Amino acid sequence: MKLKTILMAGAMSIAASGAWAACSFENDVPLKSLSAGFEAWKAVTDAMAECGNFSASLDQEFREKQPEAFAADPALYQIGGVSNATLVPLLNAGTIRPLDDLVEKYGQDLLPNQLIKVDGKTMAIAMMVNAQHLMYRDDVLAELGIEEPKSYADVLAAAAKIKEAGVMDYPIGGTFKTGWNLGQEFVNMYLGEGGAFFGDGNMPAINNEQGVAALETLKAMTEFMDPEYLVSDSTYVQQQFQQGKIAMANLWASRAAAMNDETESQVVGKVTMAAAPMGSALPATTIWWDGIVLASNISDEEADAAFRVALEGMDSDTVSANNDVAVWLSPAYSAGALAAGAAASAEGGAKAYPASSPMGIMHTSLGNGLADYLTGAKDAQTTLADIEADYITAAKEAGLISN
Amino acid sequence: MNFRTFAAFVGPSVFMMLLFIAFPLVSVFKQSFYVTQPIYETVEKETCTPGFLTQTCVTEQVSQPMLDDHGEIITQTQYVGLQSYRNVLEPERAWRAISDGSWHVLSTINFWKALRFTLTFTLITLPLVVGCGLGIAILINNAAKTIRGPVIFVSLLPFIITPVIGVLSINWLFRGDGILTAMMEWWLNRDIALFAQAWTIELLMMLYRVWHVAPFAAIIFYAGLQTVNQDSLESAVIDGATRWQRLKYIVIPHLMPLIIFVAMIHLMDSYRVFEEIVGFSSQGYVISLQWLTFDYLTPDQAGNRSISRASANSMLTMIGVVILLILPLRRTWRDHKGGH
Repeated sequence: MKLKTILMAGAMSIAASGAWAACSFENDVPLKSLSAGFEAWKAVTDAMAECGNFSASLDQEFREKQPEAFAADPALYQIGGVSNATLVPLLNAGTIRPLDDLVEKYGQDLLPNQLIKVDGKTMAIAMMVNAQHLMYRDDVLAELGIEEPKSYADVLAAAAKIKEAGVMDYPIGGTFKTGWNLGQEFVNMYLGEGGAFFGDGNMPAINNEQGVAALETLKAMTEFMDPEYLVSDSTYVQQQFQQGKIAMANLWASRAAAMNDETESQVVGKVTMAAAPMGSALPATTIWWDGIVLASNISDEEADAAFRVALEGMDSDTVSANNDVAVWLSPAYSAGALAAGAAASAEGGAKAYPASSPMGIMHTSLGNGLADYLTGAKDAQTTLADIEADYITAAKEAGLISN
Repeated sequence: MNFRTFAAFVGPSVFMMLLFIAFPLVSVFKQSFYVTQPIYETVEKETCTPGFLTQTCVTEQVSQPMLDDHGEIITQTQYVGLQSYRNVLEPERAWRAISDGSWHVLSTINFWKALRFTLTFTLITLPLVVGCGLGIAILINNAAKTIRGPVIFVSLLPFIITPVIGVLSINWLFRGDGILTAMMEWWLNRDIALFAQAWTIELLMMLYRVWHVAPFAAIIFYAGLQTVNQDSLESAVIDGATRWQRLKYIVIPHLMPLIIFVAMIHLMDSYRVFEEIVGFSSQGYVISLQWLTFDYLTPDQAGNRSISRASANSMLTMIGVVILLILPLRRTWRDHKGGH
């Protein structure tokens, strides 16, 4: 979803290759998987395909298909790739199976950290974590004698200095594209301020001091951003970095490797990964994980084979071969400089993304409603009140708030 | 033709129209008055997320849908009357904004914001499409016979391009430091950000739409130009009519039914403007009615979607199209009756 671009919408299918040289067993049960399509998933599904009889759908719109595909009986896919947010609809509908017996049978090499437990039952196996954290151009900051920014006040001060020195017109980049991305920026800021999204009975609770503070920080940042920030997604920010147009951004850890990609980047080795800047309370970011789930509506033999194939996909060979592609959860992963930002944010106490049904609606309302504040059409309080009203309408329609 | 033969010929298409047009329409109409929702229960749940080295587990109250014995989510469907329409139109807020005379506030309410843009877009592009179409048609008509084929082909190209692809190309040409923006910046020697305010985005959208649809109008008008009475044109020349007078008094009246036809098609199409919003990712500044329906229908990451509001909004969009079409339809109806 972070790479979501309309062009990538079409599913890319990777047919199972005949060779299963790197796989420790020969799989004879036909298996299919549906997941997001970013680099790490490509690596993992390629490795799964080496076991044979396996085909993967890497689809940027997977989250729209997954709930229906898994509700079918038999399920259309045995293996699903999810994140902590897209796990929610599957969990709600009860279409994924507990994995405890399989973990016991085959999961000796898994870290306890990888087992995603809901009410004591292992429902998913995480393979990587992702978080937005600060990336900055150490050469630019060092030249102007600026220390590593620790808080958003530091970031803004640094941006002002860079602009004043005439190094860059727009020193800050941000994934502020209206919709999911912009909503995510607010979620980061608001949690960084120590806010909570909901009160009792799923009622919204964002129209408060923390909410206003989060909005004000976002707006202050836009002063130092390319004026077209409302269309700027992760890929755009990544390119701005690679072309040397921006000096700082709170960007996804999964994009870190692209900074040192010599075929694309003009700033190889110049970008430092640091913890997400602090809000008043916590680092202003959220921790995400990606991992696999197995459908309930499949036979136990299929589940058995699917689990083994999935483990092959995320084994130490895959991880060592693709070390820099993601922040892997694996004993074979050597955390280099590229993972430092995500790790430091987590150590700083960054929260996990608070995925839930109401949060899904809240995220959408935020994503659609925040632009009015940034463009100056509404003041902070009106914006937050309108977002709450929009949330209540949608939550009532969804049955989450009783009338 | 006896009735049986007539029925045999018409039957299949009536069936298809019922199946693919009437039935979905009735179903959407019905859905706009009902709300279907899962029944939620609040349970205490412990969830664990991987951190670095250790897991963080939280126990909290969460709402989760109840499942029946077969593991299906239990849903209930309720008749809600016009509630979904009220949710879309937000009449109280809109009325408050209108009575305060605050156009500004009204245009921050989704439906009215979308309606404002949709109407401006439709009504501004309409004369431009008809005008440009006519211009291109006359140009083709006056081109020498030998190059007419290639000229028709080239002028039809924009219409052949898939809309989303066309919009994305315009987006990439102008966005950030796209080729054309860079060229304009170099020429005017100033920084230009075309995607940083609503009016430039709207302008680009209209530009794109006219570029895309004008060839369609042109090809229709070109066909019409072939049937203009040459005798009247020649006598007009003898009477000393200028080129403009010939166009105004002979060609345009002759093409009038076609102009109405093109106008109607264009009104219907552009009232459902959608690709431009998605392709330009302009929803921060500009949204359209059709996009609003799409937005209601798109499930969020937790799988919620607003089917009822989407249905209500698409019914409202349809009513809008019907109202817009009344004028040209009345004219055709009058002409039709007058002609017999």
